[in-house]
Formats: sequence, structure tokens, C-alpha cells
Amino acid sequence: MAAPVSLQVEFGGGAELLFDGVKKHQVTLPCQPEPWDIRNLLKWIKQNLLKERPELFMQGESVRPGILVLINDADWELMGELDYKLQDQDNVLFISTLHGG
Amino acid sequence: MAGGAEAARLSAEIGQREQELRGLRDRLAAVLAGGSGAAAEGSGAAFPGELPPLPAQASLSPADILRYSRQLVLPELGVRGQLLLARSSVLVVGCGGLGCPLAQYLAAAGVGRLGLVDHDVVETSNLHRQVLHGEARRGVPKAASAAAALRLLNSGVQYVPYCGALDPRTALELVRQYDVVADCSDNVPTRYLVNDACVLAGKPLVSGSALRLEGQLVTYNYQGGPCYRCLFPKPPPPETVTNCADGGVLGVVPGIVGCIQALEVLKIASGMGPSFSRFMLMFDAREGRFRNIKLRPKKPDCAVCGDNPTVTCLQDYEAFCGSSATDKCRTLHLLSSEDRVSVEEYKKLLDEQVPHVLLDVRPQVEVDICRLVHAVHIPLSKLEEKDEEYLEYLGKRICEEKQRTNGQTSFPVYVVCKLGNDSQKAVRILQELPAKELGSVLAKDIKGGLMAWASKIDPTFPQY
Ligand SMILES: [Zn+2]
Repeated sequence: MAAPVSLQVEFGGGAELLFDGVKKHQVTLPCQPEPWDIRNLLKWIKQNLLKERPELFMQGESVRPGILVLINDADWELMGELDYKLQDQDNVLFISTLHGG
Repeated sequence: MAGGAEAARLSAEIGQREQELRGLRDRLAAVLAGGSGAAAEGSGAAFPGELPPLPAQASLSPADILRYSRQLVLPELGVRGQLLLARSSVLVVGCGGLGCPLAQYLAAAGVGRLGLVDHDVVETSNLHRQVLHGEARRGVPKAASAAAALRLLNSGVQYVPYCGALDPRTALELVRQYDVVADCSDNVPTRYLVNDACVLAGKPLVSGSALRLEGQLVTYNYQGGPCYRCLFPKPPPPETVTNCADGGVLGVVPGIVGCIQALEVLKIASGMGPSFSRFMLMFDAREGRFRNIKLRPKKPDCAVCGDNPTVTCLQDYEAFCGSSATDKCRTLHLLSSEDRVSVEEYKKLLDEQVPHVLLDVRPQVEVDICRLVHAVHIPLSKLEEKDEEYLEYLGKRICEEKQRTNGQTSFPVYVVCKLGNDSQKAVRILQELPAKELGSVLAKDIKGGLMAWASKIDPTFPQY
């Protein structure tokens, strides 16, 4: 049984608008038999934080194109993407890329 | 300051004339050389052909030494760096909120040549952030306006305005003529186009972007680093992309990003090397916070810079992204014509005092800017949530109005927004509501929204 995991989940670049405009969320993930990874975190966010129009945030089990996921200020590509095992006190940032100038 | 306006008008005109002259010279050169002038094909004479190489300066003149003395004494730059700058050419794609401050600092610093690309003309709503253009240059092509302003700042730099959109047919040829490219554009297709052209031409790309109160900056394709496609292999769904007109932007935010972008270009051009290759700089103006994000390396399976690229020439980027290469607002066609009225039809209905409810579905911040006094206001987001409090309020207002008729069965509700996109979504929602919510209503939207009202019915109504 994995212990509960406390995270800071952040949204930026406009992605926060899908979460009532709130950029920073302190999140505690409950105990579960499997360790928490980003795949499960996304499911959890969809059920617990995402208010409306999930298609503007997710595509399949991952984030939609144009959203970059950063774990402790590093590109999730470097950390194993969906399979990254979350550690207590991790910071996970979902940032929508900007195109304006 | 009539003299200042006159000077600006004249310098804009000189800029334009010089550009015309340059176009004529290029065409003459092409005719004399027996060539086809292929660079200009498709986009008129706006794009001059091949540029002569910048002369290799062996030393700085006394005038240069005086002009650049405060940066020459920096050991990080020095005479060597200044000479490298003078030999460098930079292509600026987009002369807007990012491109203006970027070009301004590059010109002031003494870069050798600045190519300035923009397909737009200066508009009043640009002036809060596009600080090279002024009131007197409204209606002038931005590339020409920027060149005219920069010439007043530093006449020692060569300026090459390109008054047209970057086009997949000519972009590669253009990018090949420059040493560094700065992406200061405002739309997704152009960002992929610039990236692919830079990869195919082997040029470093310093890419900035800004919206609302945030900015982002990355250097792509620098000495084996990742490209834009390595990070974003697939374009975002068009409905998730927000432009500056819809989302808003605080002028100084692209100003700050454009300045850091200029710094990054200067460091590359003068040999200091970049700071944001494999790093993304994120700027949150609301919190006053900068963040440096470590990015992935170049991806072996990248479609354009990978080991087996599938993109080997430039393609149709508007088709690839499913959106057009401008930042203009999209026009939705959700409703059929019988569910819509024109602003003229709505005006007639008002004049004839036909009982109805006008529902304004814009966000509160836009209602604060301007509104029609008789409108009932419910933001689209509240309708989407089927917010009970708001629906009850709307039902009450419909009831009140209905009492002034003799029990009409389908009571008309006209829905308005800024441009006529959100109003269509709102009509859909109202049509799908069960009859018990609001009673029997006939919802229609007003085509073109309040901006059409301002341009066609009431010229004193503000445009934003
Ligand atoms: Zn790549």
C-alpha cells in the first residue's frame, strides 16, 4: 500500500482557465495499492479538478497537443512521461504553449 | 506636436518609397540578369530577391567606437563581438508586440542587417504594445513602419522590409540569407513554418510568445539542440488556441519577452552563445516570476530534425494546423441562417418595439467596456454550466417581458456577444434546454455581434 502523496499541481499559459482560473493547487492523493504515476494523476485531475470541457485539456489518457508537462521544473520527457512515479512534495506544472506576439 | 507627426508621416512615406525603389531595383536586376525573380513570385514585388553579403569589416571606425563605446568596454562583447554583430543578419518574423522591442534593441546594438517580415498594417489597437509604430503610421504596412522608425534610431544598419506573409514557397530562400531568425509571430502555422525553414536551412531560431500576462521563450535548432517540433510534434487543436484579440495582452509583457529575445539573439550573433537552447524561459507577469525549465534533447524521431525526417521541404502549414496564418478571430458557423438575424434586422425590431429579451453572453470584463443598456447579461460560461441562479434570473426577465405581450407562445430571445461566435454557442444551449427551464423561447443570435453593431448601426458604440 503506497502512502498518500502530497503534490503542488500548477497550471499556466491559459490552462488554468479550465480550473476556475486557479493556477496553484495543493493536492493530496489518497492511499492506493499501486504507486501514483502521471497517468493516474491525470485521471485523478479529470475526476476531481477539471470542471468542464475535458477535451481542451486531455486527449486519450494523456494531455492534448500543445500542453507541456513539467515535473520539478524539468520536461516530463526526461522523467518517463506518463510512467513517472510521483514522489511526495513533487511539483507538477501543466503549461499551455502561447502563440501570440 | 504637429511637427513630430509630420516628421513621422514623412519618414513613413520615405520608408515606403524606399521600399518601392528597392522592389524596382530588384526587378531591374532580375531582368538584367535574365533571371525570373523567383523570390518575389506569388507574393508580388514585396519580397526582394537575393541580398548581397554583408561586407566583412576588419576594424571599427572612430564613429562606431564612439557610438558603441558603452558596450565595447564589456569584456564579454569587446571589439571582436561588435565586429561579429556588424557582420550578422537577423530575420525578424512579425513586427508586432515582440518584434518591435526586439528589432529596436538589435538595431541600437549595431547588428549588420535586419530583415523585417509582416503582412499586416498598423492598427489603433496595436499601439499599446507595438512601440515602433505611432499614431501617424496607422494604415502603413508594419514592416515599412518598423524600418522607418529604426532608420531614425540607427542609420548604420541595413533594413530590409518584407511587406507580406512568410510563405512556404519563399520562406526557405529567405531564411537562408540570414544568420539568426527571431520568431515574433502570432499564430501556430507560422511557428511551424519558421521552425521547419530554420531546420532545413540550418539556422538558429529564437522563439518568443506572449499572451495575457505570460510569456515564453526558447532557442531552437542551435548546435544539435531540439527544434520546435521536437517539443510539439503535433499542432494544438485550433479551438484551444487563443489570440491577443480574444485573450488580451498587457503591452509590456511582449515588451519584456521581446527584449530578452533580443538579448538571446545578440548573444548568439556576437559569439557569446545562447542561454535558452534546451531551456524554456517562462515569465509570469502577475506573480513577477521567471522560471527556467530544462527541456528534452533533440528527438531522434522528430519529423523534421530527426534521423529519418519525413518533412524535407516546406508544406502547407495552414492545412497541417487546421487554422489560418494570421491572428485574426475565427468565424464560427454553428447555426443555420433561420436561427440568426443581422444587426440591421435587430435594429428594425428595436425601432418597432417588438417585445423580446436581448441576452449579452460576453464575460463581465468586456461588459464593463461597453454594452447595450437594455441587455440582460449572463456570461457564456454560466450558460455552459447551466448555472441555476443565472437561468432563474433569465427566466424571470423573460416572464416580465412576456407579460407585455398577449401570451405569445414562443417568446423571442436575441443573443449577442462581441463578434457572433459565442452567441451561436449560447443559442445552441438555449435550444437544448428543457422547456420547463425558461418556458417556450425562440432563441436567435445577432450575426457579427456588437462589433457589427458598432460598424453598421451605431458609430458611437466603442470597438475593442
Ligand atoms: Zn526536431
